[in-house]
Parts: sequence; structure tokens; C-alpha cells
Amino acid sequence: MTKQIVTMTVNGEKKEVLAEPRELLIYVLREKMGMTGPHVGCETSHCGACTVEIDGKSVKSCTMFAAQAQGAEIKTIEGLGSPENLHVLQESFKEHHGLQCGYCTPGMITRAHRLLIENPNPTEEDVRFGIAGNICRCTGYQNIVKSILSAAAELNAAKEAAQ
Amino acid sequence: MIPAAFEYHRPSDIEGALSVLAEHGDEARVLAGGHSLIPMMKLRMADVPHLIDLQDIADLKGITIADGIITIGAMTTQHELINHEALFAAAPIIREAALQIADPQVRYMGTIGGNVANGDPGNDMPGLMQCLDAQFILVGVDGTRKVPARDFYESAYMTNRDDEEILTHITFASIDAGYAYEKQKRKIGDYATAACAALVTKDGDKVATASIAMTNLSDVPVLSEAAAAALIGTTCDTAAVKAAVAAALEDIDPTEDNRGPVAFKMHVAGIIISRAIARAWSRA
Repeated sequence: MTKQIVTMTVNGEKKEVLAEPRELLIYVLREKMGMTGPHVGCETSHCGACTVEIDGKSVKSCTMFAAQAQGAEIKTIEGLGSPENLHVLQESFKEHHGLQCGYCTPGMITRAHRLLIENPNPTEEDVRFGIAGNICRCTGYQNIVKSILSAAAELNAAKEAAQ
Repeated sequence: MIPAAFEYHRPSDIEGALSVLAEHGDEARVLAGGHSLIPMMKLRMADVPHLIDLQDIADLKGITIADGIITIGAMTTQHELINHEALFAAAPIIREAALQIADPQVRYMGTIGGNVANGDPGNDMPGLMQCLDAQFILVGVDGTRKVPARDFYESAYMTNRDDEEILTHITFASIDAGYAYEKQKRKIGDYATAACAALVTKDGDKVATASIAMTNLSDVPVLSEAAAAALIGTTCDTAAVKAAVAAALEDIDPTEDNRGPVAFKMHVAGIIISRAIARAWSRA
């Protein structure tokens, strides 16, 4: 099948790639755009390691063809912070030991980022329900939940201070 | 996992989608949220030489509520159903059920149209739509027709929809009844071991009307008229609920799979049905 040009905005930058329609978004992001933050975990829509944000939705990018993202606005973990300037969520995961092996972390943080936009004051139950599509096999989730709640408090405090 | 090659179509209106369907017949499939079809394509269990992405068709989106009738576009996502306050006010059972489907990421993409049209017995919306006596609007090159959800399902993945038709909308009356959608699943993201939708209205201290439908307990969703009949006119006391559960269990035909043997599924179904009835009654 012939390749098509697919254009999308990734972390604020316009990207153009040649891809067959059957190519999954996760592979186009990782292999054609060098965005290796989102991971391939289960490849069966279960684990959430490949989570990215597309037009304001948390999406498992292993379950979307790149062609579907034509014209879309995409945010990956690379767009949240940098090693020199970590996002509040990344800082919080570091502080509270919200990761061990780190494999699920990019998807987990990208999902948490969206969750806090939609619900800036989540309860512990909201956080657990909101990250139910992301699997972690190391932490037992306890510290992930703690990290997200702490980041929420910090973001809210910063918002208040700015006002 | 790389699916077989296919040609990707992205029409901007229903006519465009219908013409691709007409041209390619059973070589073509429409794509809604893709969270059932794409996994099947990745496993090469579905071969779709022509994939028609419906995401650009504005007519398939949105929720309208007028004169007590709710109309939902097929491409409306579970996430949108959950967050629509007017829909929650008019039919709160939709949010209750949608929140029990899969996980957040899947709910951002999964649509009500895909959920009801796919014909997967594990999907939650078909049973709920039967409980609500919803109508499905199907559009084909020959025009539009309405099919009651209660007549739509023939067997697993087989429905009344013709290959060249698209399910565009779902309509049902707003709800003035006690409601509940109860679901037992092994884990987040799994289909139901057993699930039940219940609507109950009250007249004085008696059940005036009832509607009971079940998910994933046969190869199609099952509406149990006998279960409803067992409740009507009673005070929804323990004996009445027990009789309704017994009647509902007569109407289902679960099969053994990785969720358990038949006896276990009947046991779980009994508990879920009685919980659904009790909760619907408590809200009536």
C-alpha cells in the first residue's frame, strides 16, 4: 500500500512524515519522529505505556493509526518538561518515588497531566480511577498516587500564588 | 503487531462514507473509535482492505435533548457521554454504565455507535439500549430506517444492520425512573462476567413498571420481560426480587470461557441482577 504524507503537530512543532495507513501512531512517533518517551508495553491497549495526549484526550497510541492523527495536536512526555526543567509532575514522581523501573512512567505522567487539567482537585479515589488505564508492575501504585496528589497540590498553590 | 495493508478513507460526510461502502462492499468497514476493530486488525483476525474513518463527519457527533427525546450521534465518545450534564439530568443511567466501560483512555476514543453496532456480546451499551427501548437509526443508499435495539441483535457480531448501512444515531426517551447499571468484571478493562441494566418506576409503594436487560450472558443482549413481570405490582420485597432473578436466569444462556464455567456465571448473574433491581428501586 502506498505511503501517504501525514502531518501533525507534536509538542508544538509541525511534523510531516511518510507513513503507510497501517502504521500505528506509537511506531511513527518513536521511529519516524524520534519521540521515544512513549513506550511500547503490551501493544494490546491494556497497559497504557504508550499513552499520549491527542487533541485534549489521553490516547493509547498503539491503538490508533498514524493516519487517524492527520491534523491532530499531540503532546508526549517530551513536551511536558526537559531534564533541565522538569514538569511539576516529573519532579513529584522523583520526590515521592513514583517510579522504580520507569517503563510505565512516561505514559503514567502524560495521563496524570490530562487528569489534573480536567480535575485539578482530585481525591485519592479520583486519581486511582483516573489512572486505571495505566499499569505499573513495580510500585504497587501507592507512590504514584502520592506523586500525583502532591503535584496537584503544588500546581494549585502555584496557581493561587500567581493570582 | 502490524495489521495487513489497507486503504484509508476519511470522508467528510455520510454520503461519502456510504459511497465507499457501496463501492467496496464487504471489503470495507467503518471505523469509529477503533478500540474493538483496530485490536482485531492488529491480530489479523479482521481483514479490512478499505477502512473508512468516520471522525470527520460532523453529523455523527453530539447529543440533543428535545421534548423528552434524547438523540445521540453514533460518534459521540463514552467520555463525552459521561461529561454531558444535560444528558446526566435526562438519563443518568448512561453515565453510570459508561463509567464502567474499559478505562479512561479507551473511553476518550470509544463511541456509543461502535459499542452498539459491533454486536460484541461483551459490550455494555446494547443491553442498556434494550433496557431503555432505544431506537437505532440506520442510513444506507436506499434511505433511512429505524430499528428498535430490542430487534437489532441476531447473534454474536451479527446484527440487523446491512453491510452497506451506517448506524448514525441512537434515540430514546428521557428517564423518569429508578435506575441502575451493575457490572461484575474481573479487572479494569475486562468485559462483564455479568452485567444488568434496570429501570423501575413506583406507584405508591408498588412497582408500576420495570425493565431488566443483561449483558454478556448470552450471545446477544437479553431483555427479560418475565423478570419485569415478576416485579410489577409487588413492593419489590425480597420474594419479588428473588422471583425476578429466577425469571431472568431462565432467559439467559451463558457459555463457559475464561471468566468461568456456566454455573459460576449464573451465580454471578443472580447477584448482579438482584443488586441492579435493589438499587433501581432505591432510586425510584
